[in-house]
Amino acid sequence: MAHAQTLTEADEIRFHTTEEHHPENGTLLGFWIYLMSDCLIFAVLFACYAVLGRNYAAGPSGADLFDLPIVAVNTALLLFSSITYGFAMISAQAKKVKPTLAWLAVTGLLGLGFLSLELYEFNHLIHEGAGPQRSAFLSSFFVLVGTHGLHVTFGTIWLVTLMVQVAKRGLGVEMKRRLMCLSMFWHFLDVIWIGVFSFVYLLGVLK
Amino acid sequence: MTPSSLKKLALLPVLLLLSGCDWVVMNPSGDIAAQQRDLIILSTVLMLVIIVPVIILTLFFAWKYRQSNTAAKYDPEWHHSTKLEIVIWAAPLVIIMILGAVTWTSTHLLDPYRPLDRIAPGRSAEGVKPLKVQVVALDWKWMFIYPELGIATVNELAAPVDTPIDFDLTASSVMNSFYVPALAGQIYAMPGMRTKLHAVINKPGVYDGFSANYSGEGFSHMRFKFHGMNRADFDKWAADVRKSNDRLDGTRYLVLEKPSEKVPPQRFASVEAGLFDKAVNRCVEPGKMCQHDMMAIDKSGGLGMEGVYNVTTLEYDKRTRRGEGGIRSFIAALCAPKSAPAEAR
Amino acid sequence: MSPDLVKTIFGRLTWDAIPLHEPILIGTFGVVALGGITVLAALTYFKVWGYLWREWLTSVDHKKIGVMYIILAIIMLLRGFADALMMRAQQAIAFGDAAGYLPPHHYDQVFTAHGVIMIFFVAMPLITGLMNLVVPLQIGARDVAFPFLNNFSFWMTVGGAITVMLSLFVGEFARTGWLAYPPLSGLAYSPDVGVDYYIWSLQIAGVGTTLSGINLIVTIVKMRAPGMSLMKMPVFTWTSLCSNVLIVASFPILTAVLALLSSDRYLGTNFFTNDFGGNPMMYVNLIWIWGHPEVYILVLPAFGVFSEVVSTFSSKRLFGYSSMVYATVVITILSYLVWLHHFFTMGSGASVNSFFGITTMIISIPTGAKIFNWLFTMYRGRIRFEVPMLWTVGFMVTFVIGGMTGVLLAVPPADFVLHNSLFLIAHFHNVIIGGVVFGMFAGIVYWFPKAFGFKLDPFWGKLSFWFWQIGFFFAFMPLYVLGLMGVTRRVSHFEDHSLQIWFVISAFGAVLILFGIISFVMQMVVGFMKREQYADKTGDPWGGRTLEWSTSSPPPAYNFAFTPVIHEIDAWHDMKQRGYQRPTTGFIPIHMPKNTGAGVVLAGISVVVGFAMIWQIWWLAVISFVALVASAIIHTFNFKRDYYIPAEEVVRIEDARTEALRSLA
Repeated sequence: MAHAQTLTEADEIRFHTTEEHHPENGTLLGFWIYLMSDCLIFAVLFACYAVLGRNYAAGPSGADLFDLPIVAVNTALLLFSSITYGFAMISAQAKKVKPTLAWLAVTGLLGLGFLSLELYEFNHLIHEGAGPQRSAFLSSFFVLVGTHGLHVTFGTIWLVTLMVQVAKRGLGVEMKRRLMCLSMFWHFLDVIWIGVFSFVYLLGVLK
Repeated sequence: MTPSSLKKLALLPVLLLLSGCDWVVMNPSGDIAAQQRDLIILSTVLMLVIIVPVIILTLFFAWKYRQSNTAAKYDPEWHHSTKLEIVIWAAPLVIIMILGAVTWTSTHLLDPYRPLDRIAPGRSAEGVKPLKVQVVALDWKWMFIYPELGIATVNELAAPVDTPIDFDLTASSVMNSFYVPALAGQIYAMPGMRTKLHAVINKPGVYDGFSANYSGEGFSHMRFKFHGMNRADFDKWAADVRKSNDRLDGTRYLVLEKPSEKVPPQRFASVEAGLFDKAVNRCVEPGKMCQHDMMAIDKSGGLGMEGVYNVTTLEYDKRTRRGEGGIRSFIAALCAPKSAPAEAR
Repeated sequence: MSPDLVKTIFGRLTWDAIPLHEPILIGTFGVVALGGITVLAALTYFKVWGYLWREWLTSVDHKKIGVMYIILAIIMLLRGFADALMMRAQQAIAFGDAAGYLPPHHYDQVFTAHGVIMIFFVAMPLITGLMNLVVPLQIGARDVAFPFLNNFSFWMTVGGAITVMLSLFVGEFARTGWLAYPPLSGLAYSPDVGVDYYIWSLQIAGVGTTLSGINLIVTIVKMRAPGMSLMKMPVFTWTSLCSNVLIVASFPILTAVLALLSSDRYLGTNFFTNDFGGNPMMYVNLIWIWGHPEVYILVLPAFGVFSEVVSTFSSKRLFGYSSMVYATVVITILSYLVWLHHFFTMGSGASVNSFFGITTMIISIPTGAKIFNWLFTMYRGRIRFEVPMLWTVGFMVTFVIGGMTGVLLAVPPADFVLHNSLFLIAHFHNVIIGGVVFGMFAGIVYWFPKAFGFKLDPFWGKLSFWFWQIGFFFAFMPLYVLGLMGVTRRVSHFEDHSLQIWFVISAFGAVLILFGIISFVMQMVVGFMKREQYADKTGDPWGGRTLEWSTSSPPPAYNFAFTPVIHEIDAWHDMKQRGYQRPTTGFIPIHMPKNTGAGVVLAGISVVVGFAMIWQIWWLAVISFVALVASAIIHTFNFKRDYYIPAEEVVRIEDARTEALRSLA
């Protein structure tokens, strides 16, 4: 099928690599796309809150329920945990296993602190009779904040898993990549929380 | 099957469209439905301008450039032509621009919320007093309240010809769609919400009406007859309804609301005032807070922590509505007047 | 045992859940059980369990996963189509005094299951399977970006399918319609397990779909062979990319909205309830924000198949490659701006309705451009009417009719009279069968020799096409008519006898389609039996133009001994044109991912979680969920995920191919 004049050209143009071709690693891109899909789940929950957030069903509103000091502490815990995760990543870049583990542990503890406060808040609300069944506002509040909390819970489990793996295997390329993924996840949850904090709590109390 | 018989089949829907005189959507008896029919025909014809050549060209090219026809020109590298590209983007674009303009105007003109300005081509609706009908979709039957006449019916709807009908619609439990094909397009009837439909019937007759949105077990038989009547017949019909011994009040509504199928038409000589509003606001049950009250309270920031205990439980409620047992809870009414939620805070 | 203890152990599950009193279901169960036992016995007898487990079930090879997806789709097609036949039969006889053989309680489950199965477990696995099979080959990659994830995604899809099938024999399925609008799907109006089956099967499968979408996006973005810029990608790869972007950008919405519905049903929240400030209309909006892009998720890859097929079988370069690509991208974006056209009748107001109506119509412009591009690809071509090309021409004729009725439905006042009618049913079957099914069938016939090394039997293939094409017109043109007669969907019994003839014609069409399906399976059976005769030794049986045809059929595990370098659109055609010589020496070891059973295990546990949640067996739900998380964690401790195919092995495989090619010449 080859044309006569293209034959000479074919010698010059290569049609295949002669060495093993290594495409770029796509894990970080893939994880980033996953985060965006997760972000859409939160987008739906925020949208629901935007629509239902004032449907108190003649019950209590955010202004009646939210305890801003607790939420402020909570926010601080989560923001700090992002910073400490950053320190963990710096240590990991320097291949220092022990400081990495220490910073991860601090991050995990801050995360647990956040979760405990959130559980306390939920428990308190439910005991006051303002559970998720009381009104559409409370439904959307509990599910939005609770979904974020579930993410933090799984992030913490994941963090412990990675700590074990770092302790066992050190900080090779693979472990750094995994730490990087969790790092993105953790910061992502922080961003979401900032949305929750300002959109749900601050606006809820202001009004 | 040969390509030509395939072509015939492809044109089948067109032929059917043109010959569909005895099909109710294509041959309705109400002015609104007739305008909607005209729109279907206009849009179809507009689109056929593109569709027919495409189908013909597809079959023609498929035949002409078949492998065995070596006489046809073969140009394996021909893959671009700016002129052609412009045409193939522009042609659908032009059609859609025309159709878009038609859509914009017709959607506004035939908006079901818009009161009619004509009752038939060339006949203004001005000076004709519309008939108000309130429609409640129940499980699985239709309730019609004529607030101005003070009567109500179940699974039977009547209206005088050439009189605008002004429907207000809601549902008691799940989403339904109110549809009388001969009269006008459908509109959803949804619990806790009020939708509207304006229509007019121009020919006396008995027409089918039904729910066009699946609503559960008894959906297939959620049908009623719509009677288009001369003014005199309609007045007589209304007088007949008034002869019934039945009265439609909240208690009766709560009985009717329970699931039942194939319910024969029922007539009520009188109706409790404001029943439809209660149905829309989901507070026919005594002691239950109306939704508009709830919304007013919510607008001013809810009832505070006291509101937590405002949930009264009652039989037949949120948990299991069509099943057995279970307990449903709702918001109890306040003893405060409707417009005074502010001090309740 | 005390009733409380029984309830703690079994949740809502009782003997009543087994439909022993339903002859149809018992019969079905008998057939399924018998068939299942036969297959299992045969597998055991021929001692293929080990082979199956090692080479298929645990495989991370994109080609095998693709094939397994398609097998799943074909099996589920039989189930979904059985539902269709049952509906057609019921509607053909249930007039007046005749109640038909399906009471509403069953009929409502049948149409719900039909919709759910056809979309989620037939159409989705078909497109995901085809994309898996073809995309890495088309872009010159060795596998997808995340091979294990791919296997896991597949098994989650299977898990969802198993959950739906379970509802047939344990309990019942939803009676809500395939999108389960609340309040009907809420606890108050659907208290039994049906909606829970619906939710959990979709959630389990949805995880797989979303992850597979991410996987394929990364594969296409990161793993293209050197030289293949975006504008040199094959059109099928382009449409796959757009389709997967849509998957990732829309399936999370479905996940979220179903999670909210579950929350209403399990926790008693008030998102979509009538009372306490809930808002059912929000569900309808959200689910269609997923639902409309879903339509394009399905049809875009089909468009890609047609682009490949029409150019290959016209022996001609695709007309208007770049306008094809732009059209695809425009459709991708616009598909998010049209969702409200599914409920014009909700009373949104004229301006909102006309906005969404017009955006919907705008989509027909790029779609129209695509049709013209295919048309002008045929122009001045040399068209070989092999089976894939038949499907393509059938598509072009059928699809434009569906497109036309679709634009008609996008005119809000017209939609008011046609919404929810059988006209609507005819319309979307017209585009889904005429577009997606025809496209996928064309794709299967087209790429089958690539996957298995032999062509399918053309006689049965052509028969299948004609049965489908004619059967389609018989089955759905009457529905257009019925829609214009004001007949609405989901009705199980009619009073008006004058409608009956149309339903009978439609049922006849469904039987023709049944023959189409049988013929479709037959072309595989006969093809397999005559595989020597139909064998494809060249690797390029159709005179293909894209890279997948440059390797052997079936391709080796590593796809390409050396990664190809691309200079032109239609890379393989370009290589053939320029006298490309296949390398025969200098082979090196190839880095490949290892098989793993983790996907099967995780998906299996997910089904148990789902089952426990459906029947509210809380202890089992907790235990299986913990087991699920634990298994996932354990899997992350497996660091030995890859290996090298030694150079000698590559030399052996490639030498065999060299030999085979030489014997052909």
